[in-house]
Amino acid sequence: MEPILELKNLEVNFNTLDGVVHAVNDVSYSVKEGKTLGIVGESGCGKSVSVLSIMRLIQEPPGKIKKGKIYYRGQDLLKLSEEEMEHIRGAEIGMVFQDPMTYLNPVLTIGKQISESLVVHKGMTYQEADEITKELLNVVGIPNPTDRMKDYPHQFSGGMRQRVMIAMALSCNPRLLIADEPTTALDVTIQAQIVELTKSLQENLGMAVIWITHDLGVVADLADDVVVMYAGYVVEEADVFTIYENPQHPYTNFLLKSLPRIDNTRRSERLATIPGFPPDGITVMPGCPLMPRCKFAVERCNHENPPLREIAPGHKIACWVEISTGKER
Amino acid sequence: MEATTTEHERIKYQEEFRTSPLKPGQLVWKRFLQHRMAVFGAIMLIVLILYSFGGALFFTEAEANFPDLSILLTGPSVEHPFGTDTVGRDIFKRTVYGGQISLLIGLSAVIVEVFVGVLIGAIAGYYGGWIDSLLMRFTEAMFNIPQLFLLLVMAKLFGGKIPPIEIFGRELSGSVIVIIVIIGLTSWMYLARIVRANFLSLKERDFVMAAQTIGTSNLSIIFKHILPNSIAPIIVSGTLSVANAIITEAYISFLGLGVQAPTATWGNMLDRAYNYVASAPWLWIFPGSLIVLTVLSINFVGDGLRDAADPHGLVKVE
Repeated sequence: MEPILELKNLEVNFNTLDGVVHAVNDVSYSVKEGKTLGIVGESGCGKSVSVLSIMRLIQEPPGKIKKGKIYYRGQDLLKLSEEEMEHIRGAEIGMVFQDPMTYLNPVLTIGKQISESLVVHKGMTYQEADEITKELLNVVGIPNPTDRMKDYPHQFSGGMRQRVMIAMALSCNPRLLIADEPTTALDVTIQAQIVELTKSLQENLGMAVIWITHDLGVVADLADDVVVMYAGYVVEEADVFTIYENPQHPYTNFLLKSLPRIDNTRRSERLATIPGFPPDGITVMPGCPLMPRCKFAVERCNHENPPLREIAPGHKIACWVEISTGKER
Repeated sequence: MEATTTEHERIKYQEEFRTSPLKPGQLVWKRFLQHRMAVFGAIMLIVLILYSFGGALFFTEAEANFPDLSILLTGPSVEHPFGTDTVGRDIFKRTVYGGQISLLIGLSAVIVEVFVGVLIGAIAGYYGGWIDSLLMRFTEAMFNIPQLFLLLVMAKLFGGKIPPIEIFGRELSGSVIVIIVIIGLTSWMYLARIVRANFLSLKERDFVMAAQTIGTSNLSIIFKHILPNSIAPIIVSGTLSVANAIITEAYISFLGLGVQAPTATWGNMLDRAYNYVASAPWLWIFPGSLIVLTVLSINFVGDGLRDAADPHGLVKVE
């Protein structure tokens, strides 16, 4: 299927006083029309930076998109002018953020904030947009929208605010929704509701979704394809079944092992952890960035960073080692 | 299906009895009412406005400016409650018409000030970089010229070049407009700095990025998303500036470069008074007291607004 969005060899740096942070290195992934791509990885692995680059919302300076291409329906977003980009944001690509507490403007009513997109992109007046806003609030499951749209964000709970954010992102029927850890700040029951909501909306509207999360459980529930990122690199890429049934990259394995399992009968057993920290992104080591934390590491990992290679149709990993045998591939 | 209807009804029922929390504006109003001095100031201001604009209903400006040389420099009496001035004009009537001008100048100058200050501060704070540097160096340059000097030069330069205009059915000398513009253009710098500082912190807030993701343009983010968040300091500083503008007007008028006679202002009524400080104190006591009263009231209101607009302020529960 034709991908709606395609990142090619994206590289994003941040110039800080400590040195250049290589936040995103040579990252390529694509999202298929109407499908969901899950991006997982630890904090600081470049997940958010890569999607903010899609929206062209990396602050320059200190950030800089060094190279790469981002094709949205065949058009390179990095070549568009700021004004053309404003027509993409909101109208074509919607975005939902992690913390609904801070991403809503405290002094504007939520009705006004949802209508804004319609006013900007569809040229409606606020009165005309009101009807659609009510409908949107209904769709995202906020009762009594006629009254609630006159309320301010502080009058909503966290889960409700995330619904408002989703309504904001959906108001112009975008073809692609980027969700940057939308459930991380919510408790589990609300998280499940938001995931269900997104799934049903996606089915009804046929949009593609990029869902960033730490939570492998959510990814299993939601995603069609999965990209695992580490230290600004894509380390494994496959469809969701392969990732869970047959993970080939050591890092993906470590992540899956660190999940609590409901079928674990030995309750006393502690969860597996990954020792150490992800690299800071400033010091560039010649070898694989995972090497110091990886129990499968071999001699070659010390001095050569493995490229992303296809090991089976649709399944790519960046590792020198065959983990079942412990030998070099 | 029936279950959902009843659920819907239940929710509706619940929502009907929901007590909505106070809107931000209502909160500010409630806190303001608890500030005694501010309420006193507000009432005082209303009285002063009624005095200058209501008083005008009982006599004309021509009457107020009519020189009756037979009664010049008489003290307060029943007929002339505030006495008469050096050319025999009734001081009470002149303070009424002068009050209109003083209040008008105070308010309009602040409108000019807020407009310039907000524009410069917002653009500097939001865009940052060289735009910020340029605008802030300009602001500092304006700071470095003594305001009085600037005022006097501009008053001299533009005074008498503007034709008279009509407001509230009164013909005002062009010098009123000149004074408004000069005061506005020499006092916006503090406000610009306040707004800039506010914008510097507000533009980093997450909701600005959220607004960007729905394709809102920069100008719309500045004026529709960030500005409403910094409205409180602007209102407070604007209110206090009204008092300053009234004083500044009195100041220039006292020096004879302000609004030109026969148009009265509280300030230029003081102008002629200083030769008679001891011999005819009613010449300066009445307009002077009115200035003091107005400025004091405005400052009380400004103080009250500052406390009321503080989001961490509390509403006392009785």
